[in-house]
Formats: sequence, structure tokens, C-alpha cells
Amino acid sequence: MLSRAADSLFWLARYMERMDNVARLLEAAQSMSGMTEGVEEWESALAATGCDEGYEEKHGAVTREKATHYLAADLENPSSILSCFDAARTNARAMRTALTSDMWDAVNSAWLEARRLTGPAFKPERIGETVDWVKSVGTRFYGAYAGTMLRNEVYWFTRLGTFIERADNTARILDVKYHLLLPRDEGVGGAQDYYQWTSILRAVSAVRAYQWVYRTEVKPWNIAELLILRPEMPRSLRACYDEIDQALAQLAASHSGRRGECHRLAGEIAAQLRYGRVEDIFRIGLHEYLTEMIERTARLGDEVRSFYMR
Amino acid sequence: MFDEMYESDGVPRAPYAGVARWLEALNVEALRMKRDEAERLFRRIGITFAVYTEGGDPERLIPYDLVPRVLAASEWAQLEKGLKQRVRALNAFIGDVYSKQEILKAGKVPESLILQNPALTAPMHGLAVAGGVYTHIAGIDLVRTGADDFYVLEDNCRTPSGVSYMLENRAVMMRLFPEFFATAGVEPVARYPERLLRALQSVAPPYCGGDPTVVVLTPGQYNSAYYEHSFLADEMGVELVEGADLVVEDDVVYTRTTQGLTRVDVIYRRIDDDFLDPEVFRKDSALGVPGLMRAYRAGNVTITNAVGAGIADDKAVYVYVPEMVRFYLGEEPILKNVPTFQCNRPDELSHVLANLHELVVKETRGSGGYGMMIGPQATKAERAAFAKKIKADPEAYIAQPTLALSTCPTFVDSGVAPRHVDLRPFVLCGADRIDIVPGGLTRVALREGSLVVNSSQGGGTKDTWVLRGNGGA
Repeated sequence: MLSRAADSLFWLARYMERMDNVARLLEAAQSMSGMTEGVEEWESALAATGCDEGYEEKHGAVTREKATHYLAADLENPSSILSCFDAARTNARAMRTALTSDMWDAVNSAWLEARRLTGPAFKPERIGETVDWVKSVGTRFYGAYAGTMLRNEVYWFTRLGTFIERADNTARILDVKYHLLLPRDEGVGGAQDYYQWTSILRAVSAVRAYQWVYRTEVKPWNIAELLILRPEMPRSLRACYDEIDQALAQLAASHSGRRGECHRLAGEIAAQLRYGRVEDIFRIGLHEYLTEMIERTARLGDEVRSFYMR
Repeated sequence: MFDEMYESDGVPRAPYAGVARWLEALNVEALRMKRDEAERLFRRIGITFAVYTEGGDPERLIPYDLVPRVLAASEWAQLEKGLKQRVRALNAFIGDVYSKQEILKAGKVPESLILQNPALTAPMHGLAVAGGVYTHIAGIDLVRTGADDFYVLEDNCRTPSGVSYMLENRAVMMRLFPEFFATAGVEPVARYPERLLRALQSVAPPYCGGDPTVVVLTPGQYNSAYYEHSFLADEMGVELVEGADLVVEDDVVYTRTTQGLTRVDVIYRRIDDDFLDPEVFRKDSALGVPGLMRAYRAGNVTITNAVGAGIADDKAVYVYVPEMVRFYLGEEPILKNVPTFQCNRPDELSHVLANLHELVVKETRGSGGYGMMIGPQATKAERAAFAKKIKADPEAYIAQPTLALSTCPTFVDSGVAPRHVDLRPFVLCGADRIDIVPGGLTRVALREGSLVVNSSQGGGTKDTWVLRGNGGA
């Protein structure tokens, strides 16, 4: 396939995933803001999406209304939901021929509907509905490509985009809260702590999953393990890297075994996650560990592009 | 004025009998609902068209009219014969112009018209193109003024567009009115993409063995016809590439792929000549491929339509197409030209200037409905301004009588009313045969009385039906 097509699909999938993640963070912040007077949750959401600096430059102090708008509907913010829609659709349109009609329809009809986020049509007080809608768009896109694409390199590049973006997002969400996840096997303190911890789970739609896996009260140690090392948790770094590793292996297989640095790096990270232990992560320091993970994931994205898309 | 559907006494003509019954059974409300549904479909599929200059929605729809335009089998058979003949002559002409120039030597076409024409492309001289084909996809614009009176209005040998509308209009029609369509006995158009691919494969360079690699070259997604480019590539199952996806090494063209460079044999380009290769044409072109012309001249790639084919689109050259049919084919032309006055001839110029109020004046190199004046609809001041332009540069203009274009019932705000239409069939020339899918693009001037059907000037489109029989009953 064309290098540019691979690039477009990769970014299409990344923007669709990012949009979905921003929506989940908005939802988590929204649900928390009923619990506290402060704006800490909004600051977290801005930081986890990498929007904190841009926000501060534009608005200064964080308020709920402005943060909601900045994350959902501000075209000056390249990671806002609306910007993600635009970027996803531009990439989809650039390579329409590589998309199945179901995928195109999922992206294009969502883009047409995304006008509800523009200008006066945007209603911050109805952000809950918007979040639900955006999540359904993400699910539809994912379902469309999983259900209709041929299992050839077009599919594996798309999948690579989804999971590299998801790994990055999960690491960021955790990193923003690392100070809450103390390296002690402690129970929940006050109600405030409890809500903050569960907000992490909520941001990755894992409140129920936690209960199914651990069948115990919410503990920070477990949360970190769930989101980093557990293979059955679909947004954990481990699960993402298993997918990335598999996608790259499939690409190598369809290119007569040709491999590069991206394959080695992905394999190395996947192996570390597969055999890693949560106590070792806390020994290194959770923040240090996550920072490195974010950097390596970014480097992997670059390696994929320089190997396949130049 | 000839209405395609109704005789002067209000009785539907035979080919339109089914459409007339269908229209009677529908009320305006039902039509409006269907029209809205069609619009939603077009938007969802992304069949949009960029109209420059205006603000607002950057992606607009070409209005789609629900009422089909119908041709009987016998009418089509005659058109088809005439179109094939005309395109054979045009191809022979372009080939001649770039080689022996016999038609000039024979004095059938004035030398100055060709040799001083900016559309004449020097790098094409003496180049043997694969299969001897120059215009592989030709769009011939026809108008009708009476039951048996079809005229060619212009030839588009360069890069005619609109065929995706022919196909999508049909798809939408079949989706909106399946029962009606099923009983109408209409020839299918859906085979166009496979015929196009076959034509493109047939002109692969001689070195190329069994399975040539064809690509569609687009200026990119901001081009107004981008949807069509991606649609055709998709339907043919070939790559849609931009200039930056192609690279020329040792006079061979390759695409950049995830597995390295892959050789390309045939390029169906939807980029104008000027932008194709910055080494030869416009140096500031970022859309093209440096070295493409070297590869072309070395016989390592086929470019369709051929570079320089635009020489046949000139509106002054148009005048000589019937002569080309006689000269190259030894046949009498089946399709008529509109009588045309050439302003560079002094006697014809004075006739034109004296009769501007009855004539349509066109720039010889204009297209898309720009640079023309319809005398009867122009104001006195507009006519005076145009007269000045003509006198300043008579070579650049031709004039034709204002034809009473046929009308076809069209759904407009006030209900169903007659509007003027034209027809662009798409003629496919491969190395061995000429194919025309029965149908074409019918464009309709939506404003009452307007004769300008171009989408850039607010025209719409219709599904075009060629019946398997001649209709009636």
C-alpha cells in the first residue's frame, strides 16, 4: 500500500482514539466536580490530555466552563474533541479508497453531526450527552473497522494507530494521578480519596472491571497494576502492547519478514510488561516509570513512521 | 422550444410515458421528502463539490434533481454512432498535430490556429503514445433542440469530470425509487469503472507484460473533483495517488509504498498539463512529479489523457471537427456542430458585433461557463463591454446562435416545471475499441429560463436513462 495511506490510517485511528479518551476524561472530571468545590479534576483532565499549557496561555485560571469548552469544542486546541474530529476526517478523506464504506460512514456522519459542538450550538451544560455521543462514535468506528476491514496491512496499520494512542493515553491518565497511587498496600482513606481513585478507573471505564478482577475495596496499588500490567484489562499498557506487538508482527509477516527498530522496541516493551511486577515499578518510582513509558511510546510511533511511511 | 417529456398538446412522448405516470402519482410533499433524503445520502457518502469564491459551507452539494432524463434506445443508438465517430476523428487529429500535421498541409485547418495555439505542447512532438490514443476519456457535451436535432456544443478531450455523478445519481435513484426503477427498463451504467480500467490497461506501454499497474493521480482532497477521483480509484480497485506519492528514477515512475518503491505503468491523471511536471511545465507546481515527462517520453509510462490533448478542446478548433471526420475517416459526420462564427474573420466579426443580442459569445479557451456572454439575456451595457473585448482580441472569441435548449421536467420550489438541460456522455477509448456506457451526465439549469447548466454557475444534475426499448404504453 501507499506509504501515505498507511500514514493517514495510522493517524485516523489515533485521532478517533484520542477523541474517545478526551471524552472519557471529561466524563470523569464532570462526575467528580459534583464532589468537590475545587477544580483539581479539570486540571487533571487538561494535564492528562497534554492541554494544560495551551489552556493556561489562553485562559489562565482553570474554571469548569472554560475547561469544558477547551477540551470539547475549541478548534485552537489540537486535542479537543472537535479538532480530533476534523483531523480524523481529513485523514479519512485523504485516503478514502483505503477505508471500507462502513468506516467512512462512521467518521463522516460523526463529523457532520459534530457541528453540534461548534459555536453557539455547543452547550456546556449538556456535556454529558455529548460525551455519551462521542463514546458511541468511538465504539462505532472501532466496530466498523474490526467488522469490515480485510485482515491485510491496511487493517494492521489502523490497529497500530489505535493502540499506540491508547497506550499513550492510559499512561498519561495514570501519570497525572501518580501522587495518589502511593506505594503502600493501603485501604481507602476519606471519601475524597475514594472518589479520586475511582475517578481514575472511571476515566478508563474500569470501575466494574476492577471489582471483577480484584473483588476487594479500591486500593491504589491494585489500580496501578490493573492499568499497567493486567492483560485482561483492555486499556492497560500490557494489553495495548500485546496488540501493538501483534500488529507489527503481522506487518512483518506480510512484508516477507522485513523488520526494523520499531519491531524490536515494541517487542522489548511488550516483554517487560508481560514479565514485569508492580512492586518493581513502585521501586523505580511510578512517575519515573510512566514518564519513560510515554517517551518510549512516542519513540515507537516515530520508528513506525520512519520504517513504513517515508 | 422542445420539451423532452411533453408534446405541445401536453401528451407525454413515448420514452417518458413511465415517468409521466410516476410523476402524476406523486405529490409535491412526497417529492420534497425524497429530495431531502437524497441530499442526506449525498452528504453522508461525501459527494460534495467545492465552489470557490463564496463563503459558508466549504463543501456543497451539486443539486440533484429527482426527475430522470430519458432517451429511447433508437435515439441513443444514433448518438452512440456519432460519438464514436467524432472521438475517433479527434484522436486522429491530435496524433496528426503532434506528428506529420497532414491536416494543416492539406489546408483543412488553418496553420496559424494550431501552430500559434498555447494549448499546443512542444514536448509532445514526435512522441509515439501507446495505442495511438490521446483522449482516452472524452466528455462530449450535447444539446438538443428538437426530436431529431442533437448538436455537439463542445468537446472535452483533456480531463472531463462528472462521471461519478452519472454513477451516484443512478445509485441514489435506485435507492429512493426501487419499484419505479425496476419497471422502467433502463440500461445499466454501473459497468463504467470496469470499462474504464480495461481501457486504461489496454494502453499500457509496450514493455509492460500481463498485468499493468494503473493509478489515479489527483491534486488532493482540496480539489473540487476530489470525490470523483477517489470514487473512480476505489471502483477500479487501483491506488489513488498524489504527486508526492510518485517518484521518477532512471526515467521510470514508482509509487512510494510501505514495502518500498513499486513501478507504475499507467497514470490516469486528473491534474492539468501545466502542473504535471515542474521540470517541463510550471516550475512552482507542487502537485506534479519531477521527471514524469522524461519517463513518458522514454516510453516507460502512459499518461491518460495524453499531455497536449487540450489542443482539440479549443472552441475555434471545434469549428473544424466535422472537417476532421471527413479528412481522417472519409465519412460524413453523424453529429452536427452548432453553426459558429469566428471573430478572427473580418466578415464574421462584423456580423457578430451587429447581432450580439441574438448570439452566445464564448472565449475560445474558456471553460466551465466562465468567460461567456448570452446575448439575449445580457444587458445593453454588458453587450457593449463584451463588444469592446471582442474587438480588442478577436482571435479569442467565437459566437454561436442562442440555441433553444430542450427542457425537461424538474422539481423546483414551485413544483415540477420545465428547465433547460444538456448531456455529457463519456466516451472511453482503449487501444482496441471505443466504449460508451449508455447514459451520461445530464446537467440542468435550475433557474427559470436560464441556459447555463454548469455546476459552478448553480446548475444541477439528473439521472440519465437510456431505455432498453423505445418506451410507450
